[in-house]
Amino acid sequence: MTDRDGSFPETPAGPFERPPRSIVDADGHEIDLVRTDLAGPDRDALVAMYERFDPADRAQGIPPVECDAIDRWLDDLLCEHCLNVVARDGDRIVAHAMAVPDENGTPESIDAYELAIFVESAYQDVGIGTELTKTLLGDAAAADVEYVWLTVERWNEPAVAVYREIGFEVVESTSFELEMAIRLSA
Amino acid sequence: MDVLVGVGGTAASWDALEETAERARIAGDAVTVAIYETDDVAADPETVEQRAREILTAADIEADIRHLSGDPGGALVELADGEGFDRLVLGGSSRSNLGKIRLNEISEFVVLNSKTPVTLVR
Repeated sequence: MTDRDGSFPETPAGPFERPPRSIVDADGHEIDLVRTDLAGPDRDALVAMYERFDPADRAQGIPPVECDAIDRWLDDLLCEHCLNVVARDGDRIVAHAMAVPDENGTPESIDAYELAIFVESAYQDVGIGTELTKTLLGDAAAADVEYVWLTVERWNEPAVAVYREIGFEVVESTSFELEMAIRLSA
Repeated sequence: MDVLVGVGGTAASWDALEETAERARIAGDAVTVAIYETDDVAADPETVEQRAREILTAADIEADIRHLSGDPGGALVELADGEGFDRLVLGGSSRSNLGKIRLNEISEFVVLNSKTPVTLVR
C-alpha cells in the first residue's frame, strides 16, 4: 500500500556517506552510525530507547507507547529490503532511522521508500538526526533506491528545516502533514 | 446518544461501523448510517448498504440508513450539525507501511468543520 500523494524532485541529491561511520556530536560525544538487523542486543537496546521515548516526540502514531506494540512495530520494520540504521553512544542506542518500501517485491519493482527517524530527547539538537538520516540515504543509494519520501507534521519546523538541509523538497502541502521527497543519485 | 456513522466502504469505515454497532448494543445508542461514495472504493452504494446491513444485523442493531450525495465531508457535517446528532463517527485514517497514521481528506475536513463532536476509530 502506498499513501504517497506527491511527486519527486527532478534534481538528484547526494552523494551521501554509507554506514558504518563515526561522528563527534555537538556535545563532544563520539557516536557510531551503523546498520542494524533489529535482532539480539540491538533489539533490546532499541526497545529500551523507545520505552524512554518522550511522548511529545512521537509522530503520527509511532513509535507506539506500550512495550508489546513497540515489538510488533519493530517486527514490521524487519521486512525484506527494509533499511535500518542506528546511532550508538557506547552500548546505548540513541537514534534510529528506517526506510520501508512502498510495495513488496524485488528492488527493481519497488518504486519508492518511506523514511522516518527518531532521536531520543537527551541526544537531540546536536546533529545526530541529520547525520543518521544522511547515512541511511547513503545506504539506500548503495541499494539502488532512487526515491525516498516522508511525511512530517506542519508544526515540526526544526524537522522540516533538517530535511530541507539534507535535500528533501516539499512535494505535497494540502493536508495536515507535509509530504517531502528526495531523488537519490545512482 | 444519537450517533451518525459515516461509511464509504473502506476497511477503516467497516471497523468504525462495527465499533459503533457494538457500543450501541451496550449503551443503547440510536444509530444512523450515512453512506457516501469515495474514489477509494469501487463498490456501488447499494453494495455498501448491503454490507452495512449485514454488520448491523450481526450486532443486532436497528439503524436508519441514509445516502449522501455531493462532497462527502460537507454532506456529513451538514447532516450531523443540521439534525442535531450527538456524535459523528468515522474510520477516516490509514497507516503507511512504516506505521504512520494518515488522515484522509474527508476526516480532515470533518474534524475542522464539524460542530458535532467527532470520533475517529482506530
